[in-house]
Amino acid sequence: MGTKIANDVEINPVPAIEKGISEEEDMNVMKYLRGEAANLEVLQDKKLKGQLALREDLYGKSAKAAAKAEKWLMPSEGGYLEAEGIERTWNIKQETIAREVDLLGSRNQYDIILPDLGPYTLDFTPSGRYMTVAGRKGHMAIVDMKNMNLIKEFQVRETVRDVVFLHNEMFFAAAQKKYTYIYDRNGTELHCLKEHGAALKLQFLNKHFLLASINKFGQLHYQDVTTGEMVGNFRTGLGRSNVMQVNPFNSVVAVGHSGGTISMWKPTSSAPLVKMLCHHGPVTALAFHSNGHLMATAGMDRKIKLWDLRKFEVLQTLPGHTKTMNFSQKGLLATATGSFVQILRDFSGSQNYSRYMSHSIAKGYQIQKLAFRPYEDVLGIGHSMGWSSILIPGSGEPNFDSWVANPFETSKQRKEREVHSLLDKLPPETIMLNPTKIGSVKPTRKKEKPAKQEIEAELEGAVEAAKKASFKKKTKGRSKPSKVAKKKKEAVYKAKKPFLEQEAKGEGLSKKKRKNIEEENQLPRSLQRFARKRQAN
Amino acid sequence: MKVKVISRSTDEFTRERSQDLQRVFRNFDPNLRSQEKAVEYVRALNAAKLDKIFARPFIGAMDGHIDAVSCMAKNPSHLKGIFSGSMDGDIRLWDLASRRTVCQFSGHQGAVRGLTVSTDGRVLVSCGTDSTVRLWNVPVSSIMESNDSSNNSAKPLAVYVWKHAFWAVDHQWDGDLFATAGAQVDIWDHNRSQPVNSFEWGKDTAISVRFNPGEPNILATSASDRSITIFDLRLASPARKIIMRTKTNSIAWNPMEPMNFTAANEDCNCYSYDSRKLDEARCVHKDHVSAVMDIDYSPTGREFVTGSYDRTVRIFQYNGGHSREVYHTKRMQRVFCVKFSCDASYVISGSDDTNLRLWKAKASEQLGVLLPRERKKHEYLEAVKNRYKHLPEVKRIVRHRHLPRAIYKAASLRRIMSEAERKKEERRRAHSAPGSIPKEALRKRRIIEEVE
Repeated sequence: MGTKIANDVEINPVPAIEKGISEEEDMNVMKYLRGEAANLEVLQDKKLKGQLALREDLYGKSAKAAAKAEKWLMPSEGGYLEAEGIERTWNIKQETIAREVDLLGSRNQYDIILPDLGPYTLDFTPSGRYMTVAGRKGHMAIVDMKNMNLIKEFQVRETVRDVVFLHNEMFFAAAQKKYTYIYDRNGTELHCLKEHGAALKLQFLNKHFLLASINKFGQLHYQDVTTGEMVGNFRTGLGRSNVMQVNPFNSVVAVGHSGGTISMWKPTSSAPLVKMLCHHGPVTALAFHSNGHLMATAGMDRKIKLWDLRKFEVLQTLPGHTKTMNFSQKGLLATATGSFVQILRDFSGSQNYSRYMSHSIAKGYQIQKLAFRPYEDVLGIGHSMGWSSILIPGSGEPNFDSWVANPFETSKQRKEREVHSLLDKLPPETIMLNPTKIGSVKPTRKKEKPAKQEIEAELEGAVEAAKKASFKKKTKGRSKPSKVAKKKKEAVYKAKKPFLEQEAKGEGLSKKKRKNIEEENQLPRSLQRFARKRQAN
Repeated sequence: MKVKVISRSTDEFTRERSQDLQRVFRNFDPNLRSQEKAVEYVRALNAAKLDKIFARPFIGAMDGHIDAVSCMAKNPSHLKGIFSGSMDGDIRLWDLASRRTVCQFSGHQGAVRGLTVSTDGRVLVSCGTDSTVRLWNVPVSSIMESNDSSNNSAKPLAVYVWKHAFWAVDHQWDGDLFATAGAQVDIWDHNRSQPVNSFEWGKDTAISVRFNPGEPNILATSASDRSITIFDLRLASPARKIIMRTKTNSIAWNPMEPMNFTAANEDCNCYSYDSRKLDEARCVHKDHVSAVMDIDYSPTGREFVTGSYDRTVRIFQYNGGHSREVYHTKRMQRVFCVKFSCDASYVISGSDDTNLRLWKAKASEQLGVLLPRERKKHEYLEAVKNRYKHLPEVKRIVRHRHLPRAIYKAASLRRIMSEAERKKEERRRAHSAPGSIPKEALRKRRIIEEVE
């Protein structure tokens, strides 16, 4: 349709009204189509064809409407950083950016120094409004990022290894020395989750309300936080792992092991979905892109690899050490080692990542965790002397959707959203590698006939089993050796019988065929057409 | 160096005064939403369950008759009223909102067999086994509303006596004539005491008659010789006739596609025909376990309601197979007549136990005025349920209906019998010369012949 309109534009002078239609080509309709249209030519059933054609038409219309809304109705534009002249984007320092940017933007750049309380790890709510930080020595805090308000801070006086928000800012979970705890926004301890034990890393699956944890023995626990039941406990079997991430596209949990393998898990199976050997040494960091196709892994072999998750192939290998990695909403990858942060970006959308920006925090500070703040151009850094935040233009999604995540949420909206998301809570069975398969038709599996060897093997197995079967010892002369031997012979014959029957059936057909061929060969050539033919159709 | 960072000012994104609505911003990017299909599936499952929770189709019963209800008629110009005639000659006009009798028309000596209302809604025509056709004045709406507590009695406008008992009556949709079915099919005018015209084909009684909604001169009748005949008033002789294997109890024309009609048959099925091509049924609607007594189309033309001798009322789709809905009550006995209300929201059934019952056409529909937000939510839930209704969990819930034990057993018995017949047919075909036993569709099988 696009080309047809383009041709018209060439031939006739386009009136002003119709010019709006030719701008359709600028709209990104493919993004909203969610896959390819079905091939309706192969359908024989006219009624079904008509119904499906109508539906495909409707999908096309809704995709066009969404593309139009994207083009004309979005309130904000994204951030950007362009270098001029001889300077390069990775040479630009944060101070220069802070000088050029407006007041609201420069407020997002700060360092908080808390020297005694251990390396800090942090987590953001999906709307980017609230942040929770936890220092290793037991200091926990929740901060409202919009006003830079400290909502609550408290000390638990024991080691805290990881902290995550649950479904909203009212609750968060902390992996402490012996057990995992769930706290309220006011610092009240709500639950002590003993089944998780001493977890190393925690992750929360938003749509399923599942809290996943991995401990130093490599045991993975899934717990439903609405009902409190343990949905799955699995032993990964691959040793100690302290790298765990959730793939936001399909909610599978990926665990990185010290053997260089990454295993992906779902709560309903005790065997991993995928096990892939990624690195020559232990895996040190893992990150997922929000579109579900891209995964970044880093190992002790000084390599950062970018994987395509559809084909499980390496797209790109970059050199470097990393302790932590994170993807932003717009696809920027932040990596950190020691006190140096590097941000990589694919400039042309071709999945080819190169240096975009870099930043060194004060020498001697060890970076523990990186997290991009959703819907803002901000990267949060948790390090051994507190936490910082730096500006990364172009990393956040400028336009949020109020029904998905609203940074300006009121308490009433938050309560409504909680109820709606509980009503839409997904059962753990819906977690799969390709979530678009739900509702699609399973392809029919053709049953293959077992090969001759297999049949023989099965026959032998059955005969062995029959021979091994022991008979009950009977009294009064009923278990004489002769009688027992007869019984055993009968049992072996019984076990063989089905196989013999099948053979007989199979041979019967070929016998007929053989007979026909024999007959044909016996007759002279001129009479071969009178050989007994099969029944005419 | 050019640099810009996202900075949102609170004023732009929050409301100014507390009396304003909250601001809503949309971004339809699929990357912001993961696992959409799983969420839709959960919503479909919940919608199916909610549907079942809110499914309360029975609204009320209207009692007053002292004998079985044999026929009903809708008033095309007044939505709230319905006429019903019973086996003892009593005709009543009911107000559906209050479920009370507004007016009683007494006069028939025997059973009232047919009721119909004229096009302008002023004249009620009734016929019965006492060989009379009576015309009554329908009381005007204002009088009906003010006097709805007292039982009014009306005198007939005219009484025409004829030679034979009548079985059914129907009025033209756009004219002044009405037709009665008995030993012959007679065409009457309001003012004449004798039929204007008479049609006969064969020696058997006609048991039901229906005028076509689109073409005022065409009518379909069914007779006790298992035939369905289509007459044209402008011709002297009947136009078309098909003979089936079993008798047709009632016929209804599709108001939106006037060339199609559906026949309610004694063999528990309903057959939809295209009147231009009568050699093959368009589709067969199978779900009842006993003879189908009456049938009526919804004004949308997309579904129809049937009442059967097996004490259930079923709602079918116009182009489909199995019934969408089945209504039954312990107190409802053999259903003799059904009507779909003119706004397609209600179904009225008249049965052997002297009651008329009012049901909702969509069992879980919320009656009354819906807010736009409620309506949108219902539409969304309906759409998402339809998208996933083929998945096993959702299908199990959507399909589930409670049936009385007798009907359940009868249905499984019928299934076993038809399976057995089918298997025997297959074996006969497999053991005979290929092509000697042709496969015949059910749509054709039940028709013996078409006579021109």
